[in-house]
Amino acid sequence: MLIKIAKPSDLHESDVTPESIYLSRRRFMGGMAGLGAGLALSGHAQANADYSDVPDGNAPAWLKEKISETQWGAITPSDPKKDKIAPFDDASGYNNFFEFGTDKGDPARHAGSLKTEPWSVVVDGEVNNGGRFALEDFAKPSQFEERIYRLRCVEAWSMVIPWLGIPLADIIKRADPTSKAKYVRFETLVDPEQMRGQRSSFSIIDWPYVEGLRLDEAMNPLTLLAMGMYGRELPNQNGAPLRLVVPWKYGFKSIKSIVRISLTEEQPVNSWQKIAADEYGFYANVNPNVDHPRWSQATERRLPNSLFNPNTIDTLMFNGYADEVAELYAGMNLKENY
Amino acid sequence: MASPRIWLAWRVGVFLAALAPLLFWSWQVANNAAGPEPGRYLLLNLGIGGLWMLLLTLSLTPLTKLTRWKGFALIRRQLGLWTLAYATLHLLSYALFILGLNWALLGSEIVKRPYIIVGMIALVGLAVLGATSNRWAMKRLGKRWKPLHKFSYAILGLVLLHFFWVVRADMQEWAMYAAIAALVMVTRLPPVARALPKLRYRFSSA
Ligand code: HEM
Repeated sequence: MLIKIAKPSDLHESDVTPESIYLSRRRFMGGMAGLGAGLALSGHAQANADYSDVPDGNAPAWLKEKISETQWGAITPSDPKKDKIAPFDDASGYNNFFEFGTDKGDPARHAGSLKTEPWSVVVDGEVNNGGRFALEDFAKPSQFEERIYRLRCVEAWSMVIPWLGIPLADIIKRADPTSKAKYVRFETLVDPEQMRGQRSSFSIIDWPYVEGLRLDEAMNPLTLLAMGMYGRELPNQNGAPLRLVVPWKYGFKSIKSIVRISLTEEQPVNSWQKIAADEYGFYANVNPNVDHPRWSQATERRLPNSLFNPNTIDTLMFNGYADEVAELYAGMNLKENY
Repeated sequence: MASPRIWLAWRVGVFLAALAPLLFWSWQVANNAAGPEPGRYLLLNLGIGGLWMLLLTLSLTPLTKLTRWKGFALIRRQLGLWTLAYATLHLLSYALFILGLNWALLGSEIVKRPYIIVGMIALVGLAVLGATSNRWAMKRLGKRWKPLHKFSYAILGLVLLHFFWVVRADMQEWAMYAAIAALVMVTRLPPVARALPKLRYRFSSA
């Protein structure tokens, strides 16, 4: 059992949680049970992680308020000693966000130029309830949850990150997909003035960065739209103000700084698949049995590590979330659909 | 022109300058300033450092032709050996810090991944050139020494190919090194090589 989902009754907050949110938690739990997944419902919610050394951000008032009402520890690793939260400086200093450069330090150096307020998100395609939404209105109806997930990069390293956000399913339900909707397509902001990586004439990525999920993957309760981490708002380099987190897929699926969410009938072509289809597929499920052409995916380096302890651990099928998501791929050949 | 002592100081100065990046990177790692994955930090810096050393080594002959300054020729062997040292440390950091000294994995990765095969050929080439860079070997090889050491051009090509294969999102950095490499190679083309000393004449008489 690799994750723990807190019972509402475990939480002190449950006493003060408004009824509607309590109910949405129940629905969430119901959704999980519906997957037939054996979940660790027992045990106590982990005491709030200690974020006292995390620098304060500069969140707008509405976001601060949403964060203060977060359901803390909604999903936590079942073995917090093994899955230790990475230090904030590492999680916010070692990033792939090619809109800001190719070096892992570039996003932290250059993402300050991104203006995240005001921000709006377009919801369109096969929906009855589309439109352009101010981020605030987009986020407000949902309860923020803290979810501590393993993030497995396709480059064979991983970190454990405490996200704050809302289930993507909430958003999709509100958009009211038509019967034709089969996939969800996401798009990152394109603005070369704010994003220096997009100014490079040597870039291999055809902007905007695009990602996609199958509708049932998007509706899976684990799939999160994050607006914060470490008890605060997202730093720009981590994909502020709105990013996807799909913990059983390689990190590149978790698209950053989202401006558009479209429900589609056709399977979207995600950016990395377009660049190198033999290296990166549409599904990109974490899978220790399917190597990247240039390295093995059987193991990963859990970061931070040190010179003489690479901290190499075995990579788990679906990044350890098999109980929750394996069902989605029943009968599929995962070697072909990598 | 200058006394042997000054030449010695020049060579020691170059030695220290080539050593400095290694000390700096080690210092960064020791001070936790190299990020959450210090092994990869060393791996990538040593790779780029090795490429720089190779480019510098191969620039010395054209620079000598252009300037006739004896100092460049004096450090050619040294920089060649530095290239080998950086590349060896690059391989070592891969084996130690990325693979955690898992020999079986190292063995299978070396035969399975084309970019590593190419890197390995380049490294073996550098080792052969390093081993035959002393006076004794030069004497033994005689006329064959020069053609053998022309293999360094092929090594440059192999390293660029190795680097090309690991580029993911943006070619800019790679393109810059490829452009420098192309410039260095152009100076080897016979007409250009012949023109270099004339260029110097132009400069000095201007
Ligand atoms: C056995 C030989 C070698 C091995 C196993 C090896 C391994 C590697 C690895 C694992 C990477 C990182 C790939 C990635 O980004 O995922 C790399 C990158 C690189 N290597 Fe090597 N390499 C070898 C030989 C060489 C040699 C001889 C040179 C040059 C003197 C060299 C120069 C580079 C450069 C310039 C990079 C790119 C660094 C960057 O992306 O910033 N490598 N090599």
